[in-house]
Amino acid sequence: MNNKNKTKRRDFLFTATYTIGAVGLASAIWPLVDQMNPDSSVKAASTTEVDVSGVKAGKSITVLWRGKPIFIKRRTTKEIDEAKNVDLKDLKDPQKDSDRAKNPEWLVMVGVCTHLGCVPLGDKGDYKGWFCPCHGSHYDSSGRIRKGPAPKNLEIPKYEFVNNNTIKIG
Amino acid sequence: MSEEKYIPKNKLTKWFDSRLPLLTLSHHLKSYPTPKNLNYWWTFGGILTFCLITQIITGLVLAMHYVAHVDYAFQSIEHIMRDVNYGWLIRYVHANGASMFFLAVYIHIFRSLFYGSYKAPREVIWIIGLLIYILMMATAFMGYVLPWGQMSFWGATVITNLFSAIPFVGESITTWLWGGYSVDNPTLNRFYSLHYLLPFLTFGLVILHIWALHIPGNNNPVGIDVKKNSNETMPFHPYMVMKDLLALLLFISVFLWFVFFAPNVLGHPDNYIEANPLVTPAHIVPEWYLLPFYAILRAIPSKLGGVIFMFAAIFILMLLPWLDTSKVRSAIFRPIYKKLFWVLLFVVILLGYLGAKPPEGIYLILSRLATAYYFIHFLVILPLLGRYEKTDPLPQSISDPVLDKPGMLDKFKKSAAEYEGENVESFK
Repeated sequence: MNNKNKTKRRDFLFTATYTIGAVGLASAIWPLVDQMNPDSSVKAASTTEVDVSGVKAGKSITVLWRGKPIFIKRRTTKEIDEAKNVDLKDLKDPQKDSDRAKNPEWLVMVGVCTHLGCVPLGDKGDYKGWFCPCHGSHYDSSGRIRKGPAPKNLEIPKYEFVNNNTIKIG
Repeated sequence: MSEEKYIPKNKLTKWFDSRLPLLTLSHHLKSYPTPKNLNYWWTFGGILTFCLITQIITGLVLAMHYVAHVDYAFQSIEHIMRDVNYGWLIRYVHANGASMFFLAVYIHIFRSLFYGSYKAPREVIWIIGLLIYILMMATAFMGYVLPWGQMSFWGATVITNLFSAIPFVGESITTWLWGGYSVDNPTLNRFYSLHYLLPFLTFGLVILHIWALHIPGNNNPVGIDVKKNSNETMPFHPYMVMKDLLALLLFISVFLWFVFFAPNVLGHPDNYIEANPLVTPAHIVPEWYLLPFYAILRAIPSKLGGVIFMFAAIFILMLLPWLDTSKVRSAIFRPIYKKLFWVLLFVVILLGYLGAKPPEGIYLILSRLATAYYFIHFLVILPLLGRYEKTDPLPQSISDPVLDKPGMLDKFKKSAAEYEGENVESFK
């Protein structure tokens, strides 16, 4: 007679048990997953100061930050003009040069191709910027992607000029 | 010959077998009926088991000397090569063993494609086999990272960056895989841990693969069902065991030729330069067995697209039993499929060649054509071919193609007559 009610009560208990069980299982799995994420010691090692006084116009240096190469390029007037005069419609990832270089003379970028992470070579490629040898991506003198499989411009890290000769990255 | 049931011979075996039927299992493995027309392309299952066991044993020994740390990994490999007793031999067997493993698995897969072994009722065997293949690629990739040379480092960088193509969560996934902001010590450590684990998962899948095989039994070159309880099958031991052993010996000869005479020919010299996160080698290529997929990745002019097509090239094979609509298994009786099989083999080898070339000019154009053909073969040609191809008549029995050759029956009768007298009319 009240069989129907009994079944309902049992259904509720089963569902409640499964739910609690699932939450418990998920909370047991999470530490096992999250242990693979960067830990605090990795996150903390995140600023580098670089002395750029020895870099001449047209030259660039590469420094290591968070295990990645950072390109610091002192651009010539010609290179700055080229970067500024590009029509944004021609760009795959449109971005103004002035949004990429706080001080137009200095271009600071993460030297990691946005395709699959190789280090592009300087002063190469069809756009006189960088060229990635792995899968053939061409970047211009502002580090913007122009040709090839990479989807984005070379990343700009967080950086500031501590003084005229020193850049702090991170 | 049909499979006989195991009957324990004495009280002890009876006692044990009724509690854990290991003796029944071993009897089954010995007397498992195999079609009598299996050719040498069927010996690669045994060869692959040998490869897996060789990799596990040599790997176990290498792990006793290897140090998984960015500052020591490269040196510890040199220590193994120069100082450890026979370390050079064990490492060369392990490194070339990976290549030999893939050589054998490719022959095994293409054997399956030619003789239609993936078709009903063997779809599950085929899918488990592909899972083994995927695990092999993951294991080989992580193993290649461990020496921490330039190719190790940049190979790891490129492959882990594949995941960054996934929209929205891609970046977090790569950071999670790396345990940092680039391939570094945490990455090396976890790859080592997983490289040690995956072969045992593979071993488990191999057991399932063989179990699934033993339900319907082997396919055979003629591709028709073998009559059980007939003279069309022979017990696995000693007949197939002997055939497998002969093939294995020949295979080991090739294997050891590489180990002793050309141990580095399949590798890349750049991997003898220690990893440097500031310099990408001018020309990075994966190991030869991954090249066709690498060519597909580079053929697509979009990051996400390339990654999707590369993974699709593998996963499309999972659907093959349903994409190939022909009821006839063996290519011997499919005149058009037979030709297309060789075209596909050529295209895959071409993709492998193109994967090793720079992605520009004619190489890029050919990669795109070959990639397109690869997908057209599976997605368009095979479903249509099953419908329209006129297949040759299938024989009634696996014995017929042998006995039906002109003069063959007379030859058998003659040699039988030498033993049994003249009255051998009932021979067939």
